[in-house]
Amino acid sequence: MMKWHGAIGAAAAAVLTISPAAAQRGADGEVKILYWQAPSILNPYLSSGVKDVEASSVVLEPLASYDEKGDMVARLAVEVPTLANGGMAADLKSITWKLKPGITWSDGTPLTAEDVVFTAEYCMAPGGGCSKLSAFTDVEKVEAADPLTVKISFKSAKPFPYGPFVGGESAILQKAQFKDCLGAKAAQCTKENFAPIGTGPFKVAEFRANDSIRYVANDKYRDPAKPAFASIYMKGGGDPASAARAVLETGEFDYAWNTQVEPEILERMAKAGKGEVITAFGNYLERMHLNFTNSRPEAGDKRSVYGDGSNPHPVLKDPAMRRALALAIDRQLLVDTGYGASGRVTCNIVPAPEVYTSTAVDWCKTPDIEKANKILDEAGWKKGSDGIRVKDGVRASLLYQTSTNSVRQATQALIKQMWGDIGVATELRNIAGSVFFGADPSSPDTSQKFFADIEMFAWTYVGTDPETNLGGSTCKEIPEPKTNWLGTNFSRYCNPAYDKLAAELAQTADLAARAALVKKMNDMLVEDGVMIPLIYRGRISAISNKLAGHRHNAWDVELWNVADWTRKK
Amino acid sequence: MSELDLIAPRADEAAEPAALDQAHRSLWSDVRRQFLRHPGALVGMIVLAAIVLIVLAGPYLWTVSPDRINPRIANRGMSLDHPLGTDNLGRDLFAQVMAGGRVSLAVGISAMLIAVTLGTTIGVLAGFFRRLDGILMRMTELFLALPILPLLLVIILLFRDVLRDLFGPSAGIFLLIVFVIGITSWMQTARVVRAEVLGVKERDFVLAARSIGARPYKIIFRHILPNVLSPIMVSGTLGVASAIIIESALSFLGLGFPPDFPTWGRLLYDGANYMTLNPSRVIWPGLAISLTVLSVNFIGDGLRDALDPRLRS
Repeated sequence: MMKWHGAIGAAAAAVLTISPAAAQRGADGEVKILYWQAPSILNPYLSSGVKDVEASSVVLEPLASYDEKGDMVARLAVEVPTLANGGMAADLKSITWKLKPGITWSDGTPLTAEDVVFTAEYCMAPGGGCSKLSAFTDVEKVEAADPLTVKISFKSAKPFPYGPFVGGESAILQKAQFKDCLGAKAAQCTKENFAPIGTGPFKVAEFRANDSIRYVANDKYRDPAKPAFASIYMKGGGDPASAARAVLETGEFDYAWNTQVEPEILERMAKAGKGEVITAFGNYLERMHLNFTNSRPEAGDKRSVYGDGSNPHPVLKDPAMRRALALAIDRQLLVDTGYGASGRVTCNIVPAPEVYTSTAVDWCKTPDIEKANKILDEAGWKKGSDGIRVKDGVRASLLYQTSTNSVRQATQALIKQMWGDIGVATELRNIAGSVFFGADPSSPDTSQKFFADIEMFAWTYVGTDPETNLGGSTCKEIPEPKTNWLGTNFSRYCNPAYDKLAAELAQTADLAARAALVKKMNDMLVEDGVMIPLIYRGRISAISNKLAGHRHNAWDVELWNVADWTRKK
Repeated sequence: MSELDLIAPRADEAAEPAALDQAHRSLWSDVRRQFLRHPGALVGMIVLAAIVLIVLAGPYLWTVSPDRINPRIANRGMSLDHPLGTDNLGRDLFAQVMAGGRVSLAVGISAMLIAVTLGTTIGVLAGFFRRLDGILMRMTELFLALPILPLLLVIILLFRDVLRDLFGPSAGIFLLIVFVIGITSWMQTARVVRAEVLGVKERDFVLAARSIGARPYKIIFRHILPNVLSPIMVSGTLGVASAIIIESALSFLGLGFPPDFPTWGRLLYDGANYMTLNPSRVIWPGLAISLTVLSVNFIGDGLRDALDPRLRS
């Protein structure tokens, strides 16, 4: 506590004497950050929310981060292990990380390989409910070769072995602090989860769950000149519009996260001149899933269940219908009304980075109502007296669901009208985000259960490698009652040819060959109408004119370089 | 007030001297006469009638579709083409306010009727029959103690698809919402009515009625109900307002009407972010809600005065 007051004193003194040479820890006072979804825990492994991972990233660090270009940069490690520098085994089955010497935790004890080994043990412990378990897929064992060397062995060849300990979602925990919190006890360690000891530039001074967090500079941080701020005040609560207003119009806060509001509103707020709206493009994609199984109530127990594949959707089973739906959408209009500079038209499931993006499916970029109508006519969908198409007694009427968000509801309304032009009736439904993304197996309204014909949401993944993302559309990922409705194959698409490509991708190390496979799988998903990619979205935040040093990053947590933030003089 | 009181009887005498000679003046003709003398109630009645008329007949005169999207004319202010302006997708706000009014008024009034009927029945039974009091009031407390939102969630999740199949998406959801709001907002009415009934039933005229052998239902309808009408009216008018608001909250949670189905609450909610850009998006739906609630309240006020025998001249 004394140190904390000392830091304030130092900051005040620094301000009074005005030393432009700056570069001094704690010289810039307090920075105020607004996360309208309030963080509720500071342990990234026990939360599925981005907000919690973001809030913990100020304290906890991974071995390497992704920078704003999507490249990996070493943080706690000396360098990122690759085949070239010998950190990766030739058979691709293991990887060796070397820690930077001399790094200490904020309590003064040294960071060792044992902490890294423990972190893997912590997440992989049965019954711990680790939400970042997918980062440890195929990990056989993690061991400490010496106090500064960690070796990760995989069960099979792993051409992209950067799941564990890379990116803010997979940060290192201190063994001494968490050693009694393994497995089922993880969630009960409130004290630890609310105030983890980290190696990062700040440490937790006060944490109020779902309200606010105060961090103070970590006096043991490895760079003696950083961080420039003496403390961070992070406030939660409100909505995107009020968050943007607090930075852009009133100037109460220095930074607001995820200010996804209609472009004309942001533009008007930015006119106040107190800050600007910043966008960074990563691999954030707004997309639609088409249900391949019968989602109507009449299906009873088999509702949206793939089973043996004998339960196809009455309308969407027709490939012509799926193609026509994709063709009828004017994506540019969706971008203009809802996203502005924070969205781009895309036809790809893998929107970035460039080496993986396909151009073979660009037909969807230009909407073509006429062609869509023709496709449906030829496929035997005849317009009824009400203008809605019918085939074999089945009416082309679809239930289209998404989460509650004004931009998404506008998109829904626009698409309903576009589909109306090709004789498809659409019923809209919006569901509160906490339910829709909640994964509660007892609720019928979750995105996994998908008791609707079409659903729309945004999808993103850590890092630049799309292997796990594309792997999400294989047969074994279909959510079913027997998997407790878990799985990422929302569309219930099951195609052995696609599964074969996915298996091949997991065994291919050569970048060019991987890129070719990724594009092939991407095209397959789009051509088959499994998903309709809509908008390549940027990560949009608001930043004050008085804040410098922030590098807006869409590949990792937004606060990844908070140590470099300074106050503009 | 005093002037009105002086003038009014004379006007009555002039208008219907013959009527005065007839010995029988019914309760409702008295109420009507009294009601029409209440200036607030009269204005409220006219405003509400105007709103209902615009909402019902308006769409036949103003034939612009409320859900036709045209992004080229987004966020327009008031003009001749679009009397109340347009929203961010270029939908005509005037048409939306009228379409929304139909839904909001229908939801508000039907839900209120359910809640008031239920609340009054339970309140009168509990107040009048001592044997039922305990069980009915415990039930009321049970309902009051229930967390409303999870309850609504469960009800809607259970019945949404069934009703959607039976009546179609809009009508099914309408029935469900009206029902759900109705059965979760009768408790206050029941408690207030019970308290009033307890007081009224000990009064001398009830004792007199009882002593000449009047049956309980006669006593309830003839003597108790007219004397407890004022709290019923008040809770009814408040009920309309809160039903409109609850509906918009439900729609926001995704449990109400589909998102492209305009209601006043939803228009107001959607427009809130655009307040600085296009004020008419919140002014008009907001004004419609306030005017409706205010005029319903005034009508309730007038009815209460008219129904109170002690205030009747």
